[in-house]
Amino acid sequence: MPKRTDISSILVIGAGPIIIGQACEFDYSGTQAIKALKEEGYRVILVNSNPATIMTDPDMADATYVEPITPEVVEKIIIKEKPDALLPTMGGQTALNCALDLFEAGILDKHGVQMIGANADAIDKAENRQRFREAMDKIGLESARSGVAHSMDEAYAVLERTGLPAIIRPSFTLGGTGGGVAYNKNEFERIVRDGLDASPKNEVLIEESLLGWKEYEMEVVRDRHDNCIIICSIENVDPMGVHTGDSITVAPALTLTDKEYQIMRTASIEVLREIGVETGGSNVQFAVNPEDGRLIVIEMNPRVSRSSALASKATGFPIARVAAKLAVGYTLDEIMNEITGATPAAFEPTIDYVVTKIPRFAFEKFKGSKAELSTAMKSVGEVMAIGRNIKESLQKALRGLETDLDGFNTVPSLEGAGRDTITAALSKATPERLLNVAQAMREGFTVDEIHAITFYDKWFLRHIEEIIAEEAKIMQDGLPIDVQGLRRVKGMGFSDKRLATLAVRSVHVAGGLAETQAKRSGLLHDALRAMAGATSEDEVRALRHKLGVYPVFKRIDSCAAEFEAVTPYMYSTYETPFFGEPEDEAMPSDRKKIVILGGGPNRIGQGIEFDYCCVHACFALSEAGYETIMVNCNPETVSTDYDTSDRLYFEPLTAEDVLEILRVEQQKGELVGVIVQFGGQTPLKLAAALEKANIPILGTSPDAIDLAEDRERFAALVDKLNLKQPANGMARSRDEAIAVANRIGYPVLTRPSYVLGGRAMEIVDSEQQLDNYIATAVQVSGDSPVLIDQYLRDAIECDVDALCDGEQVVVAGVMQHIEEAGVHSGDSACTIPAYSLPAEIIAEMEKQAEALAMGLGVRGLMNVQFAVKDGEVYLIEVNPRASRTVPFVAKAIGQPVAKIAARVMAGEKLTDFPPFKRDLDYMAVKEAVFPFARFPGVDPVLSPEMKSTGEVMGIDKDYPRAFAKAQLGAGMRLPTEGTVFVSVKNSDKPLIVPAVRKLIENGFRIIATSGTQKYLADAGLPVDVVNKVAEGRPHIVDKIVDGEIKLIFNTTEGWQSLQDSQSIRASAITAKVSIFTTAATSVAASEAIATIRGSQLEVRSLQDYYS
Amino acid sequence: MADAAPSPAPKPEGATGVLVLSDGHVIWGRGFGAVGDAVGEVCFNTSMTGYQEVMTDPSYAGQIVTFTFPHIGNVGVNEEDLESNVDSAVGCIVREDVTPASNFRARGEFGDWLAEKGKVGLAGVDTRALTRRIRLLGAPNAVIAHHPDGNFDIPALVKKAQEWPGLEGMDLAKIVSREIQESWEGSTWTLGDGYGRSPRDARPHVVAIDYGAKDNIFRNLVKAGARVTVVPAEVSLEEILELKPDGVFLSNGPGDPAATGKYAVPVIQALLERDVPIFGICLGHQMLGLAAGAKTAKMFQGHRGANHPVKRLADGVVEITSMNHGFAVDNATLPDSVEETHVSLFDGTNCGIALKNRRAFGVQYHPEASPGPQDSFYLFEKFVGMLG
Repeated sequence: MPKRTDISSILVIGAGPIIIGQACEFDYSGTQAIKALKEEGYRVILVNSNPATIMTDPDMADATYVEPITPEVVEKIIIKEKPDALLPTMGGQTALNCALDLFEAGILDKHGVQMIGANADAIDKAENRQRFREAMDKIGLESARSGVAHSMDEAYAVLERTGLPAIIRPSFTLGGTGGGVAYNKNEFERIVRDGLDASPKNEVLIEESLLGWKEYEMEVVRDRHDNCIIICSIENVDPMGVHTGDSITVAPALTLTDKEYQIMRTASIEVLREIGVETGGSNVQFAVNPEDGRLIVIEMNPRVSRSSALASKATGFPIARVAAKLAVGYTLDEIMNEITGATPAAFEPTIDYVVTKIPRFAFEKFKGSKAELSTAMKSVGEVMAIGRNIKESLQKALRGLETDLDGFNTVPSLEGAGRDTITAALSKATPERLLNVAQAMREGFTVDEIHAITFYDKWFLRHIEEIIAEEAKIMQDGLPIDVQGLRRVKGMGFSDKRLATLAVRSVHVAGGLAETQAKRSGLLHDALRAMAGATSEDEVRALRHKLGVYPVFKRIDSCAAEFEAVTPYMYSTYETPFFGEPEDEAMPSDRKKIVILGGGPNRIGQGIEFDYCCVHACFALSEAGYETIMVNCNPETVSTDYDTSDRLYFEPLTAEDVLEILRVEQQKGELVGVIVQFGGQTPLKLAAALEKANIPILGTSPDAIDLAEDRERFAALVDKLNLKQPANGMARSRDEAIAVANRIGYPVLTRPSYVLGGRAMEIVDSEQQLDNYIATAVQVSGDSPVLIDQYLRDAIECDVDALCDGEQVVVAGVMQHIEEAGVHSGDSACTIPAYSLPAEIIAEMEKQAEALAMGLGVRGLMNVQFAVKDGEVYLIEVNPRASRTVPFVAKAIGQPVAKIAARVMAGEKLTDFPPFKRDLDYMAVKEAVFPFARFPGVDPVLSPEMKSTGEVMGIDKDYPRAFAKAQLGAGMRLPTEGTVFVSVKNSDKPLIVPAVRKLIENGFRIIATSGTQKYLADAGLPVDVVNKVAEGRPHIVDKIVDGEIKLIFNTTEGWQSLQDSQSIRASAITAKVSIFTTAATSVAASEAIATIRGSQLEVRSLQDYYS
Repeated sequence: MADAAPSPAPKPEGATGVLVLSDGHVIWGRGFGAVGDAVGEVCFNTSMTGYQEVMTDPSYAGQIVTFTFPHIGNVGVNEEDLESNVDSAVGCIVREDVTPASNFRARGEFGDWLAEKGKVGLAGVDTRALTRRIRLLGAPNAVIAHHPDGNFDIPALVKKAQEWPGLEGMDLAKIVSREIQESWEGSTWTLGDGYGRSPRDARPHVVAIDYGAKDNIFRNLVKAGARVTVVPAEVSLEEILELKPDGVFLSNGPGDPAATGKYAVPVIQALLERDVPIFGICLGHQMLGLAAGAKTAKMFQGHRGANHPVKRLADGVVEITSMNHGFAVDNATLPDSVEETHVSLFDGTNCGIALKNRRAFGVQYHPEASPGPQDSFYLFEKFVGMLG
């Protein structure tokens, strides 16, 4: 069937900010969809509030609205753009919910907009637990015993049927927020209550527990001719009970007979038909009883998802692209498989390797949260690895995670531990469970015993057992030093580093003095090496290369080599020799090539913004005529899409893996250089190893980057340039720290050196607090020193992003933070242009940035952070590389900043590009988005420790409107009436007066705690008093819980006051009350409220802003 | 790697198995399954599940199966996932050593079972490189050998591979076919109940000619409502007619259709003349094509896997099918009396025909699945429905 000609314009809804459960996989799918639709000649209109996406680049869609994704705003876009159709399946749950709301409110009908891909009824049928269950009954598929409840009474009625333990899932939430497993009535009551609150429809599903059952996912694609294909089966290593987003998974399914697999395949297709997903990709999740194969349908998503991104990367089949084409009427046989270039998309990919996905968590960022996994998703990113066997695949995934693992590292806390301790560790679903399993084996647990505790399938356990047995052998006998032996262990996926660790242990000198002595004494070292084979990663590598043991590169071709692959999408493996030499399919070209190293798994502090920069580097350097080669291991990204770069290596970002790729790429053509400055800390950490291997690094030298991070070297440069830094010092012990802090004067900002995302940074007000901090900080960063800075209270913080080609510096943007200095820059809201700073201060910062860029020898991007206090500019830090703010700046000013930077790094001059227009007649506000709702018990207060997962941009003609949009986009609804609670620290009291006055003028009632109330009353404002929690009931938390409060301004200072007020913020998060925890944002919010009360928010496309 | 110059690699330490190609190439590995050697044509299969079904499919008689998926044997073997008890694949080649079975249905280990069935296994081979070789150079004849002591007389094995005449012109059907007639009663498999049984009631009677049939074909015929009597490949017209069939089914099977056709085609032509309804699968489909006047040809690269898209020309629907064939009906040779009903979306080769003035049709692929998708069960219903 040809494409539809009755529609000509299509509205695509994006997923909004990156949050847990909805990450950059939706930028990947949305970008593919937009490209596919434009290819077909449709006019594409996009709405997405997330500026750090490729899909919102102005040259992607025809009209791009960086606006909040709410039904009201989207209706305005519909009125303006009059699209014929709406594609709701590319933007995750956000897009589906928004589309469903628009439909239910009659807005789509009113404006004649047709939903394509999935209709409202199919979405509802898949999402509504009761209807889904009825649909499954109808086609004879079993669901878990369950029932829906809208109240506690209904919940207890359902419990009669399901029994305990019971699984509670709120309806219509992301990643199962608010759900969990209840083992007793107390837990049941608590989880049901949370679930009812979390569900926008106040609905929870209570299910019989299938804990210990095996879990599978099937990725299905259907076209309007009822052709159905399975793209990929995915098996969870973690059995039921852990959210699939938090589970370690493998593809394809590995422990099913064909008869079982076909039951699941047929069932998946029947589910799509019954739910009525007419076209596109969906996933269906199953639980299988390992005892008898009983199959239960858990759920289906009538849209592309995180797992469809994984399935696409795992097989090479671009699900989102194909789904978009199917949505406009094509059938599968009419779409080409771009990987083979010769066969149609109507087939089922088959693979000849094993794919492993391991999620990455950030519990350490959320003090007070428990690192336990459940049915509510908590991971912030994931790594995918490809190997020719499960062992290689697992070990590659572990080292690709970048959590300091080289493979199955030992778990010190379980070394030599008693059986009870180990059993207890195994029985808990935690991020470390896989490593605990391996450690339990080292401690003598059998596969059967571990299976009985963890329910991991024995097939996986036996392979882990083989890895551990091999480790024991190496620790006993040293490294195999013959070709075959070494190739065999490398084929099991051992990294050079892990092998070195194991080999050293074989001479029983591991750790402590003996090892140090051995390393220092050349003589002993040689003896040691003779015994162990090698003692360091470099020596293992040298031995391996001497013996000619190299990995080969195989292609991901969607067809297990049945057809030739035209798309160079590759992974490494230590293949067994065939006719003499192992077969390698890399076939490097003879072109001039540039390698771009990606950012690896998403984490807090290093997310989509860096992938955005890497993608832009690929696009820009391709345009400049280079062959671009991407290396990354994050399946959620656009950078790992098959058509982003000319060649893609899906590999862990470790020195070993990257050097092997470079070795092959250098065999032909000319390696112009490697870009390590765009992917965050991940590639930067590899710079030293690359330099050592004489690999050219493009752009700013790693030495300059190191200089910027090295306190002493940097201080010297600052002195030379005559710039001013806050007073600071460094301490290697508690006593030193106290002395330094006393010299500088409290408050001080403390942090360990070399950090990302401000981990373990803290504002310290007293000696007692400093003591407390030293204990935790030193733990965090080993023996590196603690840095102590003068904390500029109430200073205004700014970010400056600039480009430099060695001769000229061009400032791209000066961002003024809304929160005062002290809140991590990644967590701060900020504006372009600066909303209140005088021109001369901005000029001064630009001047300083220029001096720094030239002084550091920057070639490419640079980010500088300044603090402004009392008209004085202080330099906080410099990052001579791509920063988190690059996409926001680029979107705000409408210039491809990262692309230009990449081309400058490859040798072009800034004068080759048109100058930036920076006098904007609009305002762009960036706001951060936080996952506090996922971590009950964590204080949702902002600090120097970064906690946000993503960002949104609000753009409008003035600051209050842009701020309001940013808040709306971030999920914070600004009320236009009701009661506001105010409780602020003393220093904020004068600042808050005008804000409170404005709210009163706009009809709000104000209540405040006694101190604040008195100050405001003295200023002549009518404010009522409310009890603090410690002052007796009813207190403020009662009022928040009861829904009396619509808005909260709450700022604190000092340890005690922070602790006292935690329950206020926690209850606000739970009750979904908008809360501002700094004076600056409180003021901005009151102005925004006053503005939006007066007039409605209007929408405008980026293309319109830029023209 | 397209260069086929023999470069006999020295035997690696610990090699207990070897694949010796007729061009002299030697591929070392670790032997498992039966000890000894076997000669056949090396093909590849891209299915990720169903290795036991593949290894018992008689269509693989005279062949050595290279599994492209690296982990084979994960779910062990059981007594249900058998497609026949006759000769089938003589050996298999896998990437990874087989690890102990993990599945509630497992009753034994894959390696032990291969040994019991006299099939030779070879592990530790770059099966992807071998697959690419087959894609580029065609399916080679070879000897697969397994000896625990690792002693192999390579020149003798090369000679054996060279002397093997190859599948072209080989009539394997009569070797793997049943020798005597059999009443078939089993129906298809369901979880929990295993294979169903069906009474031999007054249902339409299908006489199924066994050229090396997969049992699941008969089970599907029963499930579709037929009473099935299986007869040997070299059955005569008279013997068939004596059974008073409402329809005749032509099964899959190994070897060259032209060779088997010498005795099978005249029987089929006589049945067509009497307008007996006929349904053929795979080799049976090729027999029907030959009987209708078309020709068959050996494919450069056969189709073997469970992911093959086939387009049904009548309505454009795509069926994902299980395939296993190295010969095909040449669609350029179809006479006017034959309509092409299905084509492969991979390479456009013929996948289904229907005779215009007869109640006879055939498909090149395997609607009985096992292993593979069950999208095409409707063909059995269509056939049984014709028998009225």
